[in-house]
This record gives sequence, C-alpha cells and structure tokens, in this order.
Amino acid sequence: MTLDLKVDGQSEERAEAFAQGLLGTALDRPDGVLKVTGAAVYAADDVPEGCAYGMLVRAPGFGAIEVGNADEVRAMPGVLAVIRDKRMVRNAAQGTANAAPVQGVDSADYVGQPVALVVAESFEAARHAAQALQLRTDGGPLPVNPGDVETEGEPDTTGDLDAAMAEAPHRLDVTYTTPSMTSAPMEPHAAVAWWEGDALTVRSALQMLKYNRNELADSLGIDPAKVRLLAPYVGGGFGSKLGIAAEAVAAAIAAQDLGRPVRVVQHRRQVFETVTRRSETRQRLRLAADRTGKLSGIGQEAWVSNLPGEVFQEPVTQATAFAYGAVHRVIGERLERLHRPAAGSVRAPGEAVGVTILECAMDELANDIGIDPVELRLRNIPDTDPEGGIPFSSHMLAEALKTGARRFGWSDRAPKPRARREGEWWIGTGMSAAFRVNVMMEAEARIALSPEGAVVETDMTDIGTGTYAILTQIAGEALGLPAEKVEVRLGDTTYPPGSGSGGSWGAATTGNAVWLAAQEIRAELARRMECGEGELTLKDGTATCGNRRVALADLLDGATLEGHGHIEAGDAFSKVRQSTFGAHFAEVAVNDVTGEVRVRRMSGTFAAGRILNEKTARSQCHGGLTWGIGMALTEGMVHDRRDGHIVNRDLAEYHMAVNADVPPLDVHFLEERDPWAGPLMSKGIGELGICGAAAAVLNAIHHACGVRVRDLPATPDRVLAGLEE
Amino acid sequence: MNLSFTVNRRARTLDIDPRVSLLDALRDHLHLTGSKKGCDHGQCGACTVLVNGRRINSCLSLAVMHEGDEIVTVEGLSDGAPSPLQAAFVKHDGFQCGFCTPGQLCSATGMLDEIAEGWPSHASADLDGPYELTQAELSERMSGNLCRCSCYPGINAAIRETAGTGDAT
Ligand code: FES
Ligand code: FES
Repeated sequence: MTLDLKVDGQSEERAEAFAQGLLGTALDRPDGVLKVTGAAVYAADDVPEGCAYGMLVRAPGFGAIEVGNADEVRAMPGVLAVIRDKRMVRNAAQGTANAAPVQGVDSADYVGQPVALVVAESFEAARHAAQALQLRTDGGPLPVNPGDVETEGEPDTTGDLDAAMAEAPHRLDVTYTTPSMTSAPMEPHAAVAWWEGDALTVRSALQMLKYNRNELADSLGIDPAKVRLLAPYVGGGFGSKLGIAAEAVAAAIAAQDLGRPVRVVQHRRQVFETVTRRSETRQRLRLAADRTGKLSGIGQEAWVSNLPGEVFQEPVTQATAFAYGAVHRVIGERLERLHRPAAGSVRAPGEAVGVTILECAMDELANDIGIDPVELRLRNIPDTDPEGGIPFSSHMLAEALKTGARRFGWSDRAPKPRARREGEWWIGTGMSAAFRVNVMMEAEARIALSPEGAVVETDMTDIGTGTYAILTQIAGEALGLPAEKVEVRLGDTTYPPGSGSGGSWGAATTGNAVWLAAQEIRAELARRMECGEGELTLKDGTATCGNRRVALADLLDGATLEGHGHIEAGDAFSKVRQSTFGAHFAEVAVNDVTGEVRVRRMSGTFAAGRILNEKTARSQCHGGLTWGIGMALTEGMVHDRRDGHIVNRDLAEYHMAVNADVPPLDVHFLEERDPWAGPLMSKGIGELGICGAAAAVLNAIHHACGVRVRDLPATPDRVLAGLEE
Repeated sequence: MNLSFTVNRRARTLDIDPRVSLLDALRDHLHLTGSKKGCDHGQCGACTVLVNGRRINSCLSLAVMHEGDEIVTVEGLSDGAPSPLQAAFVKHDGFQCGFCTPGQLCSATGMLDEIAEGWPSHASADLDGPYELTQAELSERMSGNLCRCSCYPGINAAIRETAGTGDAT
C-alpha cells in the first residue's frame, strides 16, 4: 500500500502533538562519526578488484577534433584504450533534465570540452597518457563575449515603466555585472562503473539519482531499469552534481569496452570546465519611487548566456517578480548563445545574483532618498503577489527585517557613509532582504518498522545538507522512536525514488514522503490498538491509546510493518505564492590605503517554515552567508576574451572564502509553520542564505567608504579606484 | 620501487610506481580512503596527513620520498571511538558533506602542535612565541583547508573546545 498526497491546499499541524520530541531539535548527524573517522565511502573511494583508471582529455580549441598520435599513446606502458565514443557527453546534464545532455566527441563547442578518455592500468599511467595525447582543432573563432550576439527572449512588461521613471521624484537607473561563478564542491566529480551482463552499476557523485539514472541510460542508449546508481555520500554539490556528467558516461562506456570496472575522476581543472557554471550577468536596474520611498516602477533586465543546445537560462529575476509591489514593471532575462563552458544551476540559481543586485539597487535608492534601507523595504512589501494577485502562503519579510535589525544593532547606524574610521580602516554596515522561491517536487520513501526499529529507504541524497539527520528525525517523531532506533538508507536507485537534492526542495519533499510512509504505519498500529490514529501516542517504542499501553515490539509480534509514502506538489503551489524570506546584515572594514575589504560580522534572520533540524539548517545558512562573502569580494571566473576558456580554473586562482575570510556569523530562525508547504509545514533552507548576502556586504562597503562597486566582485583594485575618485 | 614506512602505527611495505603520490599510495594502494583528493595540486588541504607529526598536503609529495616516515591519517586519529577532536566536530557540526573533514582534522591536529611549539603565523604580532590560540591565529592557521560547505564556525568551535581541554591532540 502507499499513502499518496498531492498537496493542493493547507495541511493540518500534526507533529506538534507527537510525543517523541525529535523533530526540530539540533540532533547530531547520524552520519557524523563515519565522516570524522574517514569511514564514509564517497564515489572514488571504493575501487573494485581489477579496476582500470580513466582520464578525460579536453579540447584545446573549437571545431573538428583531430587526434595526432592515438596509436603511440595506445602503445604507452599500461595504457589500455583511447576512447572517443559518440555517446560521451559535452557537459553535465541540467538539473532534472531526465535525458542525455548534448553528446559527441567529433567537434568541440567550447574550449575544455571532454573529447577523449584514456584508460590505463593505473591512475599515473592514464594521467601521463592523457597528457601525451595530441589533439588539434580547426574551428574558427566563435562568439564568446557578452554583447557579441543577438539575444533570445524579452523581459515581461506591465504598465509603463518609462513613464513612471519620467514622473517619479526619485529614480535610479544603474547597470551591474556579475562574473561567471562555480560550485566547486570539494569532491571532484567521480564515477566507478562496472557491468554484470547487461546491467550497469555506477558509484558516482550525484545529487538527483532518479533523474541521473534516466540521463545515464539515455546517454548510453540502454534501458534505465538496467542502471543502478550509488551515491550514499556526496562531497558537496551546490548544483554541480544535479545532472549526469562526463566522467560517469565515459566510465560506463570504458567499462563496457574493456569488460572490467573503470574509475574516472575529473581533475579539478576539468570540474571547472565540464560542469555547469553560474552564468555571468549584466543587470539593468530601474527603480522609480515617490518621496516616501514607495515604488511606482521596478525594472530588472538581465543578460545571461549559455551554450547552444542548453535549455537552462539563469532565472535572475524570478524573485523580483514578487519581491516588491510596483505597478509599472519590466522584469526578465535575455539569453546570449556564447561558446563558453555550459551554464546551469549553482546554489540558488536566479536569486543568488538576482536578489543580490536588486538589493544593491534598493540600497542606492534608499541612499538617494535619504531614508533608512530597512524602512525602504518595509514600505514596499506587497499585500499579494504583484504578478498574479494571488496571496502569499506566508510573508515573513517584515518580521525578518525587524528581528534582524534588532539582533545586529542596526539602530545605532550613522545615516550617512564615511562616518566611522579606525586608523586606516573605514567601518560601515549594510543590509539586504532575502527571497527564495519555495518549490516542492515528487518523492517516494519506504519505512520498514520491526521490533529492532525503523529503516527508512529512498534514493534521496545527502550532499552535506543533513538528509540523514532530518529523515531520522521525521521518522522517529512520527513513529515514537529515539534517533538510535532509526536507520536511514540513501543514495541507491534500488530504493524508492526521492526528490533528489537541489532547488532547496529535498528536505520538504522527501521529508514529507517519509512522513506519509510513517502515517501509513501509524494507521495500522492504531488499528491494532483499536483506536483512532489521532488518539495514538507513540513514544520511545511504546504505543498508548487512552489507558492502554503496549510495547511496539509486542504490537508487531515479531513481524515487520511497511509504510510507503508518495508526495507531489499540487494546486497549493499555484493558489498561493510560496517563498522563504530573510534579512542579512553585515559590518565591514575597508582599508583606505589598499582597498582591501574585511567582513567583521554578519547576521542572517530567516523564515522557512518549520526548521527540521536546528543544527543542520544553521550550517546551511552559514554556507549561504559565506558564499555571499565570496560573491561580494573574491569569486569570479575569468574567461579568455579570444576563446572563452576559463583562465582561473583551479582552487588557487578561483578564490572562495577561506577560514580567515569568515567572521563570526549570527544565524537566527523565525518560528513559522507554513500550512501550504505540505504536512511538515517546512520550506527549503539550503539556498536562502546566499540570496542577497553579497548585497549586505557590498552595501556595507558603500556605507563604510562611499564607494559603490557595480562590477562584482569588489576586489581591492575596484574599491581603490573608487576611493581615489 | 620498494617503500617501507609506518602508517597509523603499522609497518607497511609497498612496491610502487615512483609517480604515485603519498595521497594515492594511501588511498589506492593501502585502501585508507579517509584522506581525500580535492585538487591534487596543493590548493585545498583535503589530503592533509601528518608526516612525522607535521601536517603536509599528501598530494604534493611522492610516496617514495617517505621511506621510514611515520604517517598518520584520519583513520589513525582515533582508536576505536572517535577522538575528542572528532567528537567535537560532530557536536559543533564542523562539516556538512564531510569531504574536507579528514584534512581539517589532521590539519587541526598538526596546527595545535605547531602553536604549542611556538611557530609564528601571519597573524602573529611578533616572531617570538608563545602564541595563544586566538580566533585570528586559528583562522589564519586553518586557512589552507578549504571547506566549500563553509563549516568554518563549527570547525573553529570544535578546535577551540578541544584545545581548551588540553588533552585531545
Ligand atoms: S588534494 Fe592535496 S591539497 Fe587538494
Ligand atoms: S564539509 Fe563539505 S567541504 Fe567541508
């Protein structure tokens, strides 16, 4: 049996009345000990007997590929094969693609495209041979720079923004740019593939197994039922492992050709090129406001890029559509087809750069009008979704702004920039609102309850997000079991299909599937207790109904009880606008001599419905804030202007925030239940923390020293140029 | 080439291709896969292990250079139960995906010894110790270990708590 739920409306609060007291607590990760002792097995860790090692080879230019010395390379010691197979993929599949990405090795669409796999008896021999393989390309120059090509698509227009701008006493018309960025999970993309007859197993680093299985099967031209994927531990994803990637397809092909297991791990520099980047953006922001700061017009037009053949377009403005009320609007994206490495989802696609720039523009407007930036936001919170007129499922922005301001001590702030100086350093503070759309997908999960405890199974992944913890808590809460009595098994396509990790939907979607599976078991336990399910109390392995009390083990009578849950999004996601909200505050110091920026403290207040695990949710938000620091100050890919290749494609040249860049972070959650978000009343938290975080830092730079950096990141040279003006 | 060394207090010998890095020797030849390869270029710290008590990036060192050395990996930091530092990482959520974690743990272990021995860092006010484990010292000394999940608050809290007890390293 299965308990199905299509979320069409509001749910009733149940968990509150449950007795175990596990949900929402700061439970330590059940996978924690495995991770700190080195026992957790990641994709590249478990090498089967007889495994061969593959190394991908990149195209050095565009166009038809010519191989100069394949025979010599094949003859090198230890080399088993030089594989150039039409089924190899050009770049990683887009999230939820569910089908093969663009394939082929005859010709390169971007510099760095994987066009061969060298396989050898050892990693060292494969690496040597891959370096020795001589590839030539004959393609002419292709468009690689923004502005080089005609654009596709137009923003949505409502009312007359030009007229609103002309009439408004306060108006802002500015253009910002953000560079390409990368996910750079610490685990490079890796796959170990082996065949048993016509059945393929691949241990890989992936976020969304049910889609990845179809993507891999489609790439190879085989039945998805013949593919098993394993990803019990994944070393970070942030969007980069949403889709099947080059190494997994190549490993499967090589394992089939050679009749033995093959491991392919992408070199770190390959990860930068073959896995989708966050598109660079150019964003024109127009704001028209009256004397009190009330917006009459809002314009956010973004130019983004992607390779030909990719459907993904960075949805820069998706939260702008509902962020602030204004009658006159021009909001949307234009896409340029550029031959840079493919673009795709990177943590909070859309809002990460879109909300950030919107919130920089709001700061500029507040400054022009001379009102407090928090107040400007408060004055423009819409009553209903400005686009569709539908209500919000909940709207927590005002509370987040007020609570955040209080926690940070915002009221002490000098209204004008350049008010505080400590030696060489200008000190200032800035803030930003945070928005992130809330999405539910479809998921299934199974629970087997036996006298020993509960086993939860779903092909959901834990990419660091805390899935093992929260599913333990959800099942334990609903079934009245302490955490030690719940075992969660993830990352295997033989389990029921979960939602996958991405878009912040994993916890709520798969969590609700587990919740439903538990409800099915509860119903059966209530039947055995001869009471209504609503009267059943389960706690620490004991069932209570009225004055009857039975140990679960007795109720089960030695047998196992199964529950199966299935959830999908329904009308609740179109009847109301669902979003998460937050407020960021930052204090920075800007060096007047060098232009260096140091973030001194940061605070984020967030509302995302029920927080399932206080500890793991907080860590996710730490991640978001830290990525905001990186986006504001250091992160950016540099594309060669001649051929678009990524110049700084390694961890030494692409600067993510390190320990010393991150100040004490204050993260606070607002108590909330969103009844439209499914029975758990929980919304996504994994991406909210990055949405707008960089704006708080950039706005603080302006407040500190009066420099407005509109081309991200605010590296010392850019800050210094402003200081010299 | 033949190589004899000690790994996690156990004598090991390998007949190994001289191109094999210490990291790959540990991972692929001794099946100690706790140490991770994040970049293979000395840029991330995921491969940090202790060699004769000092932390190094094992991807930057060839295995055959370690004849007679004593290596400790994340697997060797605990004896059955997690060490106090490892337990503190769990308690403070000093990791999310866990991929940088073995390197953070080995690095923190080596770092605490360095500071105890009076090694200065970029954050030190002068070159003559002793130095205290201030936040600035800790952050500076741990900045060779990248964590894209950005668990620095938890990592720092775990290290400080463990160092405070004085017996965990
Ligand atoms: S793997 Fe050695 S420093 Fe990155
Ligand atoms: S825990 Fe994921 S990189 Fe540090």
